Amino acid sequence: MTISWRSDNGCLVKIVVTVKQVPDPNSATLLESDNTLARDREVVLDPGDECGIEEGLQLKEAHGGEVILVSMGPERAKDAIRKGLSMGADRGVLISDVQLAGADALLTARALAAAIKPEQPDLVICATESYDGSTGMVPPMLAELLGLPQLTIAKKVEVDGSTIKVHRQTADGYQVVEASTPALISVTAGIAEPRYASLKGIMAARSKEIKQVGLSDLGIERGEPGETIEGIADAEARKAGAIIEDDGTAVDRIIQVLAQAKVV
Amino acid sequence: MDFELSAEQRAVRELCRDFAKEVVAPAAEELDRDHKFGYDIVRRMGELGLFGLPFSEEFGGAGADFLSLCLAIEEISRADAGVGITLEAAVCLGAAPIYDFGSVAQKQKWLPDLLAGRKLWAFGLTEPEAGSDAGATKTRAELRDGHWVVNGAKQFITNCGTEISAGVTVTAVTGKNKRGGPEISAIMIPTGTPGYHVLESYRKLGWHSSDTHPLSFESCEVPVENVLGERGGGYRQFLNTLMGGRIAIAALSVGVAQACLDASLAYAKERRTFGVPISKHQAIQFKLADMAMETELARTMVYRAATAYSHGGGKATDDVRMLAAMCKLYASETSKRAADQAVQIHGGYGFMEDYPVARYWRDVKVNEIGEGTSEVQRMLIARLLGA
Ligand SMILES: Cc1cc2nc3c(=O)[nH]c(=O)nc-3n(C[C@H](O)[C@H](O)[C@H](O)COP(=O)(O)OP(=O)(O)OC[C@H]3O[C@@H](n4cnc5c(N)ncnc54)[C@H](O)[C@@H]3O)c2cc1C
Ligand SMILES: Cc1cc2nc3c(=O)[nH]c(=O)nc-3n(C[C@H](O)[C@H](O)[C@H](O)COP(=O)(O)OP(=O)(O)OC[C@H]3O[C@@H](n4cnc5c(N)ncnc54)[C@H](O)[C@@H]3O)c2cc1C
Repeated sequence: MTISWRSDNGCLVKIVVTVKQVPDPNSATLLESDNTLARDREVVLDPGDECGIEEGLQLKEAHGGEVILVSMGPERAKDAIRKGLSMGADRGVLISDVQLAGADALLTARALAAAIKPEQPDLVICATESYDGSTGMVPPMLAELLGLPQLTIAKKVEVDGSTIKVHRQTADGYQVVEASTPALISVTAGIAEPRYASLKGIMAARSKEIKQVGLSDLGIERGEPGETIEGIADAEARKAGAIIEDDGTAVDRIIQVLAQAKVV
Repeated sequence: MDFELSAEQRAVRELCRDFAKEVVAPAAEELDRDHKFGYDIVRRMGELGLFGLPFSEEFGGAGADFLSLCLAIEEISRADAGVGITLEAAVCLGAAPIYDFGSVAQKQKWLPDLLAGRKLWAFGLTEPEAGSDAGATKTRAELRDGHWVVNGAKQFITNCGTEISAGVTVTAVTGKNKRGGPEISAIMIPTGTPGYHVLESYRKLGWHSSDTHPLSFESCEVPVENVLGERGGGYRQFLNTLMGGRIAIAALSVGVAQACLDASLAYAKERRTFGVPISKHQAIQFKLADMAMETELARTMVYRAATAYSHGGGKATDDVRMLAAMCKLYASETSKRAADQAVQIHGGYGFMEDYPVARYWRDVKVNEIGEGTSEVQRMLIARLLGA
């Protein structure tokens, strides 16, 4: 792909944002008998992907172009796409197929790649990890399958001509990383505060296109899962901490404990 | 029969739920404590388009249906019933009569600001001597030199005294009808008209974040074209207005009932007595089960009434009148029972303002009073039954 960032001459810029519908993070997580997440409850657009959409919309507002949402999921994942459309995205693609039920990260990435490739986007935006599966594997796999450079954990994005620069969040600051477009970025929640959809946006979304495709349309096969979930165990309960009573030497003793733990 | 909400209705509910949780709920305690009107919240609700929800795009509305409005009111009221009534009164009592009965000129003049939430319009029906018996209106309007001269008083009027209140539609006697009874017309009076006085606000039991005042009119003059719709149409207009309003008040009630359940369930799982969370005591479980069941029943009733009202084009058929009265009556009484049990489940803390259930308890009582008391709803239902 040799499409460059064409904002300077006012041409269309294509931004694809991947969006996942997840069980409402505010409700308790339940597992099916095969250890996959139960999906029959309230579902919402992944809050991380909302930030991705917001960033896509801001880039569109600054540089012009089109924001396309791509999701893989059951029929009702259209609601997640529609929410993004009512925030202002232009159109959506839903990959839905009974064969995709219980897909692992690789199959998810293959399906997404097959749907995204024909769009020839200048930029693909993913969240760093989803709220439910949270393997964080889909974005790097997707970048690989699309043959795009990948800029991860972005908390700020700047675009200049065909160069994209991100501030990459690290434990003690950020790195500035640069690539030429087309590229794939995965963003953090800090990148942009998602706007509310407006009522007019909701009504306008009714007439925006959501194209639905299945595996055969994409020309891919399911294949065997690369990973399966063997078992689930509760995390070890946290042990009660030590209580240091203040007899005048507490500060020194706390410093000692922290030093032993190599925290200070 | 299809009980599923449409994609747009679900989207409206989700938007309002998020907005209520993130913006309305965090401010609710302070607005309640300080009796403050939430200007910033109202401005933001306006930007989202909530005030124009059920109206056509021609005047800046969103073109959604009446059920979508009810979903919005339910979700907002789940966070703050005072903000919920502000929205309900602005849309159902303020803007809707202008939209339904106003002239093109009246609509063009007022609706764009009202539907954007930049301005609020009030509806003045109730008087010191005419509440349930609204036809007993004493306020008079006389035609003199091309002007209506209004004299009288109104009371308990919502949204008339804020910084963004643009005016009020009042019912007034303008003469005698063919049968010799009073001819009642609705007249639009802009804020600031000489002789139109907004008196000091009430000290209310609940709904502290909403704006409620008595009004007085002393030789208050407005141009003859300020009559809303046709002269003498006031009685029919307000019956119609109140029908939509009742369904919307029922939606508000469902929102508070749901808030009571949310708070009670969370508290019951946390609070332990006799070595277990109180949610394990059957007496508490039964209260929660009843709250959940009644709230869901009330919600179903609201959806049904709102859908019937939309399908009838907002017209007052007997079927819709019956559904509106039933859902207002059932939902308001459900909210009161739910708040009562919510306080009970919270024990002593329920009596303290540290938890929101004390506010819910103060807020729900008026649901059984505003826009027709429970007694009036029962009278209406009985009359429609032919009793
Ligand atoms: C064998 C197996 C079976 C599974 N079965 C189920 C199941 O039945 N139910 C279930 O809930 N989960 C199931 N999962 C997990 C599910 O397949 C993963 O959630 C999915 O593969 C994506 O991984 P993730 O959520 O960890 O994505 P991450 O890599 O953490 O996601 C990062 C970002 O990638 C994008 N993205 C990820 N998935 C999608 C998508 N579907 N559409 C659009 N964008 C996306 C989003 O932008 C997301 O924010 C299964 C996993 C395995 C291994
Ligand atoms: C916070 C608040 C906001 C309001 N906002 C508005 C507004 O914006 N615009 C507006 O016009 N009004 C508004 N109202 C007024 C409200 O609609 C009236 O209070 C209500 O209709 C009852 O009228 P009333 O107070 O005069 O009671 P009354 O009519 O005096 O009733 C007193 C009691 O007698 C009962 N009763 C009356 N007649 C009968 C009968 N025939 N048979 C049996 N019982 C009967 C009633 O049910 C009630 O229990 C508001 C009220 C409140 C409290």
